[in-house]
Amino acid sequence: MFWTFLQRAIRFSTVFMYGATGETITEKSGHLNLGIPGVMCIGAVGGVLGESLYLKSLSDISQINGFAAVIIPIIMTLIFGALAGLLFSFFTVTLRCNQNVTGLTITTFGIGFNSFYMNRIDKTGFTAASEYFIKGFPCADSAGWFGKIFLSYGTLVYLAIIVAVIAAIIIKRTRVGLNLRAVGENPATADAAGINVTKYRYIATILGSAIAGLGGLFFIMDHLGGNIEYNIDAFGWMAVALVIFTVWKPNWGILGSILFGALYISPDFMTVPSAATKEIVKLIPYFVTVVVLIVTSIINKRETQPPAALGVSYFREER
Amino acid sequence: MQDNTVAIQLKSITKTFGEVVANKNVDLTVYRGEVLSILGENGSGKTTLMNMIAGIYYPDSGEIFIDGEKASIHSPKDAFAHRIGMIHQHFKLVDVFSAADNIILGEEYKGFDIKSEAERIKEEHSAENAAYAAYKPEEHTGVLAYLKAPKYHSEKETKRRIAALPFEKIAKRIKFGWLSRNRADAIQSIANRYGFEIDLKKKIYDMSVSEKQTVEIIKVLYRNADILILDEPTAVLTPQEIDKLFAVLRRMKDDGKSIIIITHKLNEVMAISDRVAVLRKGEHIATVNTADTDEKELTEMMVGKKIDLNINRSEPHDVEDRLVVDGISATNHDGVKVLDNVSFTARSGEILGIAGIAGSGQRELLEAIAGLQRIDSGDILYFDPTKDNEKIDLRAKTPVQIRDLGVRLSFVPEDRLGMGLVGNMDLVDNMMLRSYRNVKHNEADEKKECESDTEKVAEAVSEDSSAAESSGGKKSDGKPNKAKEAFAKFGRGVANCASVVWSSIFLDRKSPKNLAENIVTDLEVVTPSTRTPVRRLSGGNVQKVLVGREIAAAPTVLMAAYPVRGLDINSSYTIYNLLNEQKEQGVAVIFVGEDLDVLIDLCDRIMVVCGGKVSGIVDGRTAEKEVLGKLMTNNSGAGVAADSVGEDLQ
Repeated sequence: MFWTFLQRAIRFSTVFMYGATGETITEKSGHLNLGIPGVMCIGAVGGVLGESLYLKSLSDISQINGFAAVIIPIIMTLIFGALAGLLFSFFTVTLRCNQNVTGLTITTFGIGFNSFYMNRIDKTGFTAASEYFIKGFPCADSAGWFGKIFLSYGTLVYLAIIVAVIAAIIIKRTRVGLNLRAVGENPATADAAGINVTKYRYIATILGSAIAGLGGLFFIMDHLGGNIEYNIDAFGWMAVALVIFTVWKPNWGILGSILFGALYISPDFMTVPSAATKEIVKLIPYFVTVVVLIVTSIINKRETQPPAALGVSYFREER
Repeated sequence: MQDNTVAIQLKSITKTFGEVVANKNVDLTVYRGEVLSILGENGSGKTTLMNMIAGIYYPDSGEIFIDGEKASIHSPKDAFAHRIGMIHQHFKLVDVFSAADNIILGEEYKGFDIKSEAERIKEEHSAENAAYAAYKPEEHTGVLAYLKAPKYHSEKETKRRIAALPFEKIAKRIKFGWLSRNRADAIQSIANRYGFEIDLKKKIYDMSVSEKQTVEIIKVLYRNADILILDEPTAVLTPQEIDKLFAVLRRMKDDGKSIIIITHKLNEVMAISDRVAVLRKGEHIATVNTADTDEKELTEMMVGKKIDLNINRSEPHDVEDRLVVDGISATNHDGVKVLDNVSFTARSGEILGIAGIAGSGQRELLEAIAGLQRIDSGDILYFDPTKDNEKIDLRAKTPVQIRDLGVRLSFVPEDRLGMGLVGNMDLVDNMMLRSYRNVKHNEADEKKECESDTEKVAEAVSEDSSAAESSGGKKSDGKPNKAKEAFAKFGRGVANCASVVWSSIFLDRKSPKNLAENIVTDLEVVTPSTRTPVRRLSGGNVQKVLVGREIAAAPTVLMAAYPVRGLDINSSYTIYNLLNEQKEQGVAVIFVGEDLDVLIDLCDRIMVVCGGKVSGIVDGRTAEKEVLGKLMTNNSGAGVAADSVGEDLQ
């Protein structure tokens, strides 16, 4: 029972993990991309579109190649997510628009784009294709609880953890990460030190959005098993909250995501929960985030504060 | 060390911001191994000019030559490539990073070229092989013969070494990109070489102002800068720290580096620089050798006319006690005692100077009087001249309560754009910050008046009607007249009320606009218009706006903390004269200053604070600098005092 619960929590946490890792990378550059829910929707559309095109190109569904059925949607999701990030950066860096407004616009657009296109995409063969997303290591079943917790997941789950770990290492332990943090903390200083603020903000936002988009793809192809009629944006907001919850650290984001995932699926493990209880339990992550915000602001440690220039556009010659 | 090789040359540089011309056809030459001072009033374009050398701005026209070659500096990165480093007035440091991380920030990887590296290895190996061939072991004895023997490199080895170069290049790149845990140690050695005493693992937010400046200087040295630009480096330092900084600058000058320093303080210009370039209104006036000039001549060049650098101190008259501070003590957020049993009296028609090393409690003292700092014990008493010197207790009152008591207190805080003015608001709105409540306040009185008016009318009407009732129809002649009058009065009352309601909803913008315009003309504030956000004005002009507003409130007590910090000579004297004017009008002026000469020239009495305690109050007319200096470091000794500086500045 417990192992099943943990396994499902870890699996479901992937949605948040992609979103949170992507948003953390973005926010470290000083961009508050509130478009993450929309980006996840857009990324999901891209992935589903890629899968659909691939399946259509096959003469028969039995010819399906597992590797292609997974990698094509992933690449398409990355491209769509990156385009959404490019749009955000273009508005906020090049045109110097307000970041909050731009982000919310992208969210609104993404949700609409998602519900408009998802129904128009041919879903034939999606169940078969999603099998390849869900498939874990072959030896998972024979390894008891160990296999269940460590070996039973699909590609995207492992990828999420790898991406989060790499992001954490790059941010904390490399010069690129140091420069990125400087851009988010104090762009004028970074600029004076010879760092190209525009370049860093563009790349961080595009990369972050591409990663966040994978969360949408995971939800559709892995969690829902190819059923595409569901709104993803709620998980995007959770991811934004998660970034605050994990005080802008992608490695903590892994644990935070698992906690959020556990909270989210826990109603399924309750004996006859009422509808109200279910909703209240789903509310806990937001509540916890508020508590964390309060606690970190009481502790007032400089390291747990958001990047100082978060949400502030930078223009060198402004006086 | 000046050796007459040109390090950097500017030719007819022009830069405009919108309609404002910041620099116009500026020519400037800097030699190797010299200290060049840039002198000019606020807004004369010194910082803009330097920013163009450092790549923050790009000139509209004109050329920059570095080591005789034309250079185009589009970004700070280009400036680094030309070995130019700038230490900005507002430090460019990331607070949450350690000093070491700030120093290595943005550093570019300098890779090697595989081909030329291969050549180098070949040559090195063949040279060593030649040495091996020529080596005679019998010239050395014992183990030494073995140890000193040159290595022989076979052709195979050389080839292998060259073949490995691409991998070596990648490995080096990765090693560069990785932040090792002991990254601070390498930089620490540079710091030690120049004699800086600083812990580079410390976070910037834990550092004092002078430590931050040291980090900035090490940062520039680490980047191998040959041309250093310092923008008002001494503005935030204590005299001891300034001496230390100048010692460092001299050492760097002896190393053959060119140093450009922007400062307002003429004595510093005379002390440190070899040559002085004077800018006025964006134009280059002249460059002179420091040895051939004096402070007076420089001032004239800077201002463009002869100005009187004397402060006319008048004898105080009609002196009476206005503000009595009696034994106040206060602690700050960290539980440190910042004020310790401070007592003094500020008298009308007198300027009371407060001297002390920065952070000795001056700020807390003024804030305690203004109602911004909680005090633990003691009394602050105000004697109201409009109410026959009635005693009012200001302790534990908020600024609004103090104002509502009729105490006319004006406060020019040291943090102009943080506490004094709102940077993003224009001049008119900033004027309104102080007055918008006043209007409401007056109108509340009016409202009361008009309310009582309507009450009277109502009374009159009811009286009339009751009278009419009691007397039947007998007095029918007088009744309509009286009622008519009453109704007319009633109408007026309603109209009055309406206008009061109207003006309490909508702000009166006219009078603050007039005030702003008066300040701009009277104090010669340089601004495109009164609708310009104040953050766009230069430091001196911001200060004039703030002081102008506070004086316009017709105070009985005027407190000014470092009102001339960062201001040029001309603006400074404008401010001194304003303070003197206020004194002559019977205002009790409290002036916190840092320049002892000015304090002695300006103030009637000087109170010296040290470590939150009053260490002495002396007469300004007979005060001596040395005495004040001793009092300033009275309780704690110079070393400790210097350490605690800065902390309060943050």
